[in-house]
Amino acid sequence: MVPQDLRYTKEHEWVRVEGDLATVGITKYAAEQLGDIVFVELPELGRAVAQFAPVGVIESVKAVSDLFAPVGGEVVETNAELAEKPELLNSDPMGRGWMVRIRVAGGGGVDRLLDAAAYEKLTSQA
Amino acid sequence: MAQSLNSPLATPLADRHAALGARIVEFAGWLMPLQYTGILEEHRAVRSRAGLFDLSHMGELFLEGPEAAKALSYALTTDPANLKVGRAHYSMICFPEGGVLDDLIVYRLADERFMVVANASNAGAVSDALVERLDGFRVVLDDRSLATALVAVQGPRAAGILARLTDVALDGLRYYAIAEGHVAGIPALVARTGYTGEDGFEIFCDVAVAATVWDALLQTGKADGVVPVGLGARDTLRLEAGMPLYGNELGADTTPFDAGLGRVVGLSKEGDFVGRAALERARADGPRKKLVGLVVRGRGIARHGYEVFAGDRRIGVVTSGTLSPTLGEPIAMAYVTPSESEPGTIVAVGIRDQRVQAEVVPLPFYKRPA
Repeated sequence: MVPQDLRYTKEHEWVRVEGDLATVGITKYAAEQLGDIVFVELPELGRAVAQFAPVGVIESVKAVSDLFAPVGGEVVETNAELAEKPELLNSDPMGRGWMVRIRVAGGGGVDRLLDAAAYEKLTSQA
Repeated sequence: MAQSLNSPLATPLADRHAALGARIVEFAGWLMPLQYTGILEEHRAVRSRAGLFDLSHMGELFLEGPEAAKALSYALTTDPANLKVGRAHYSMICFPEGGVLDDLIVYRLADERFMVVANASNAGAVSDALVERLDGFRVVLDDRSLATALVAVQGPRAAGILARLTDVALDGLRYYAIAEGHVAGIPALVARTGYTGEDGFEIFCDVAVAATVWDALLQTGKADGVVPVGLGARDTLRLEAGMPLYGNELGADTTPFDAGLGRVVGLSKEGDFVGRAALERARADGPRKKLVGLVVRGRGIARHGYEVFAGDRRIGVVTSGTLSPTLGEPIAMAYVTPSESEPGTIVAVGIRDQRVQAEVVPLPFYKRPA
């Protein structure tokens, strides 16, 4: 079961929308697939991002993956703790392992995101 | 042999990997465990305790006959005729043009009997090349790759674990030696070789009884903290140990000299061997590129294929890279122009849109405590 109050993407990001702020991370499923995460690259504050454009990089021991912005807007905060503790993405991906906060612009395409049921269906087929 | 167009092969331990919850990937035509609990944990287990590997995808080629040594001396860059019975050496098989077809370990099992172990990805090509090169010599090649399982136990506690299960005298079995005996009652070849930088053993046995060997090592080693280890940690372990991987550090466009492995080219041996003329020229000309170790000093991990720069000049390319679990810093191997290959040289690696500083360091990155 994934948290029901969040929205999701096909690229396995989760989003918590509160007012015009969207907190973004990767799902537990994504973290398990990536394996041990050892390095995270996050965007500079103030950067404008389009929905589904790359906004960061996640490196596991084995491979490099992009983090995509689930919503369009402006990056207003990043999780500084991840620079020293990238393993938080494995141990608590949907909590302390959050990655980016985006101020949603013009709706930001939130209506195009998956709900919990649709995301669960996606991962059960994978 | 395994071809990528065919459906992938399963090792005789596939059901064990499934039961252990391994993540399985296709590698060189085989379904192989990538990791069980996690690459970092498995890596650290091998460095501090012991790890168990299923390497049944590797190719085992047996050569027998009065001219087996002579034939191998013609086919390979080393001279296996110099090997004593029960000893092994690292070798290469090169193309006539001097590029590397594969890197190998050659074991002398008897006066007239050898085992050549090839990478899974090249086992078919090595077998084919040997058939062609052995023509005219009194030797028979028996490709037993699909009939032979390979289980490795590696790490500081490997000898203690294996000693409880084998009649082979491990104290007398030196590094790069091999002996015939039993493991858990199963007839096996036991070699003190490996690809991790630790002390350890490689155990060759029939596929039909491989699970007995695997189960016994896992069970007996439990008290010593042995864990199953997948290909993911195998790669980080060999990289820390500065060992080349075919397809990354070695390939048809690379000579053994480029890789800093000229010691395996027996230019002084008697008689011709495939690639001799080209390799003599390559040595005389000096390497066009040199394999070096890099430690990334900035933020980011250098990966296979990333470019290496000195100022604005592109001077090379990264062949393998990861975050070293033992050192806690990003390490890489790279080919660079010989003029930039001295340890201490500061270069830059192109990591996405940035140039990140890195320092040339001597290989290996990790050497086990004496």
